[in-house]
Amino acid sequence: MKIRNLLLTAAGMAVCAVGIMESKIAAAEQFFPMLVYRTGPYAPNGIPVANGFRDYYTMINARDGGINGVKVSFEECETKYNTKLGVECYEKLKGKGATLFNPYSTGITYQLIPKARVDKIPILSMGYGRTAAADGRVFQWTFNFPTTYWSQASTFVKYVATQEGGLDKLNGVHIAHIYHNSAYGKEANPTLDALSEKYGYKLTKIAVDHPGQEQKAAWLQVRRKRPDWIFMSGWGVMNQVAIKEAVSTGFPMDHFVGNWWSGSEADTVPAGDGAFGYKSAALHGTGTDWPVIQDIIKHVYGGDMALAAENKVGEVLYNRAVLNGMFGIEAVRTAQGKYGNKQMTGEQVRWGLENLDISNAKLKALGMEGFTQPFKVSCKDHETGGPVAFQQWTGKGWQFVSDWITPITEVVRPMVEEAAAAYAKENKITPVNCG
Amino acid sequence: MEFMENVFVLPFLDIADSPVFFLEVIISGLLSGVMYSLVALGFVLIFKASGVFNFAQGAMVLFAALTLVGLMEQGVPVVIAILLTALLMVVLAILIEHMMLRHLVNQEGIILFMATIGLNFILEGVGQIAWGSDVKKLDIGIPDQSFEYAGMLFNTLDLSAALIAAIMVTTLALFFQYTGTGRALRAVADDHQAALSVGIPLKSIWIIVWSVAGLVALVAGILWGTKVGVQFSLVLIALKALPVLILGGFTSVPGAIIGGLIIGVGEKVVEVYWGPAFGGAIEGWFAYMLALAFLMFRPQGLFGEKIIERV
Repeated sequence: MKIRNLLLTAAGMAVCAVGIMESKIAAAEQFFPMLVYRTGPYAPNGIPVANGFRDYYTMINARDGGINGVKVSFEECETKYNTKLGVECYEKLKGKGATLFNPYSTGITYQLIPKARVDKIPILSMGYGRTAAADGRVFQWTFNFPTTYWSQASTFVKYVATQEGGLDKLNGVHIAHIYHNSAYGKEANPTLDALSEKYGYKLTKIAVDHPGQEQKAAWLQVRRKRPDWIFMSGWGVMNQVAIKEAVSTGFPMDHFVGNWWSGSEADTVPAGDGAFGYKSAALHGTGTDWPVIQDIIKHVYGGDMALAAENKVGEVLYNRAVLNGMFGIEAVRTAQGKYGNKQMTGEQVRWGLENLDISNAKLKALGMEGFTQPFKVSCKDHETGGPVAFQQWTGKGWQFVSDWITPITEVVRPMVEEAAAAYAKENKITPVNCG
Repeated sequence: MEFMENVFVLPFLDIADSPVFFLEVIISGLLSGVMYSLVALGFVLIFKASGVFNFAQGAMVLFAALTLVGLMEQGVPVVIAILLTALLMVVLAILIEHMMLRHLVNQEGIILFMATIGLNFILEGVGQIAWGSDVKKLDIGIPDQSFEYAGMLFNTLDLSAALIAAIMVTTLALFFQYTGTGRALRAVADDHQAALSVGIPLKSIWIIVWSVAGLVALVAGILWGTKVGVQFSLVLIALKALPVLILGGFTSVPGAIIGGLIIGVGEKVVEVYWGPAFGGAIEGWFAYMLALAFLMFRPQGLFGEKIIERV
């Protein structure tokens, strides 16, 4: 009995010692929580995203020894792209030293926005989430740079204009918006409506029910209404089925344009060769011919290209997560410039995000020159109205087919400020004075 | 006023304006309905023979499709891959009987239902661990081209699915109605103990019915996989089968087909003509509403067996 008690005491002490050691390790590290979905219906999209974040953080430790000497740590929590599970993951990870959340779901982002200002942990919803959060005076703790759904929709309209011969030629053009029937899918509608009024194109909105495996009714409407262009806000299986239905319907693929969540390699798989010519918006480059991606292959995969390919390195969604991971790391680095080279708190990271300046020189230093466009965040503008490019599926990969197109900010920004003001009123938020 | 017009006037004007397109919507609905019926059939078979609602039917579709495409990716020829997958589904049926069903003989239906929820998670997990979560293209040679006829657009894959479903339903209906095994299956569904007392080998019957349901899942997996790609979301097609089952009845093979056709046509017509009035994407909601409306008048479904119990 005594021996048993002795063993139990020893085991208990060992557990405590390990706990103390872990907390000391944690104290010296910059912790990045990761809300991932490696399982469930959206896993084909979630896996490359999760791998991209994981690999970028790992590479920063391996190549640079962390951020100015502060090691990066991270922990994944499985959300299955389910909002309820996402909020549970947030609650679980926020107490572990989280100083920045990337929700990777518009639904989860909507739920976390009110929590961010209470918990003082900023949210970076890069290219998704609530567009009105671009107004930093109301949404101090939420960032959605480099651009938003509304800006993206306006760049799509500008892209169509370039193909039709100018903005003045849009009058009479028929555009259909096929969208996932969710908060995410509906985001582009107000912008498309406003621009329809301004430029005179005809707009038809066609909703597709979750998850989007069965879209016959939507494509019957396309067949009947015969739009000139289709813009799609889809996700997961909805994209794949839509591309396949477009092929079946005989819709010209070079006039079918997805948003940046409807343009991954997986989306083109079921349609096979039929997907050739399909287009989508893009925030960044794809492939592995970027110094930053080469660094990942070298430091994370030991140069093993086959293993890297197996982990989706270079794919659209992988590269997007690398870009997103870089923004988080650089926000911490920016904050360290003010507060010192140590572990940053949530409030300090928020300051880093708000003062983030991604210049061309910085992109070059990070191995991302030409990978994306430079921008500078400010107190008032958490979006920065970054430009969007359009890419086309060649059968083997994506290729840019446009220049970087700037959003129609004179239309989008007033809408953002109006929506933010309405949110502030509804939630009794006093906007900060950005000077 | 505008809403009333969108609901009570415009749709009918639209139909009158383009009757050929209306016919195309109906045919499209019928072909979609066949695809729903294929999934519903699997549920019906197991419910008929064991009185249990198999929550894992969607996962069986995914498991079968993942295995088939996985084998094909390894270089196995199509025909052999289909045969091997079919064999695996039979082995799965034997395992389910050995490890799950035989321990639950004469238990309440809800106990068996809970067991199938567990089975669902196992199949989802094992399938993805073995073959990964990537979207995979499935091409076993079924033609997938569109063509126009009489001003309407048809797809050869949809037509092939309808033909395959028709053959399958006829075979299954004949099997259940006119073979000794079919009668034994129905006897087991009525009462496990009574079936055992007259010498029906319960365990063999269960293996047969789960094997047949597995084969139906394979066919559904092939057709749905060819249509949307083989991926996890195949599990969710079970949601499309539920209103079909409610409408057609849980115990009727022809009911699964008729129910599928009614749901398919109903949801397409409603979505195309009445969807805009309600903001669109109402077909999923409508399918369940239609099924619930039927429940009010025929709780057993269109072709389900009326349950009469002594109280």
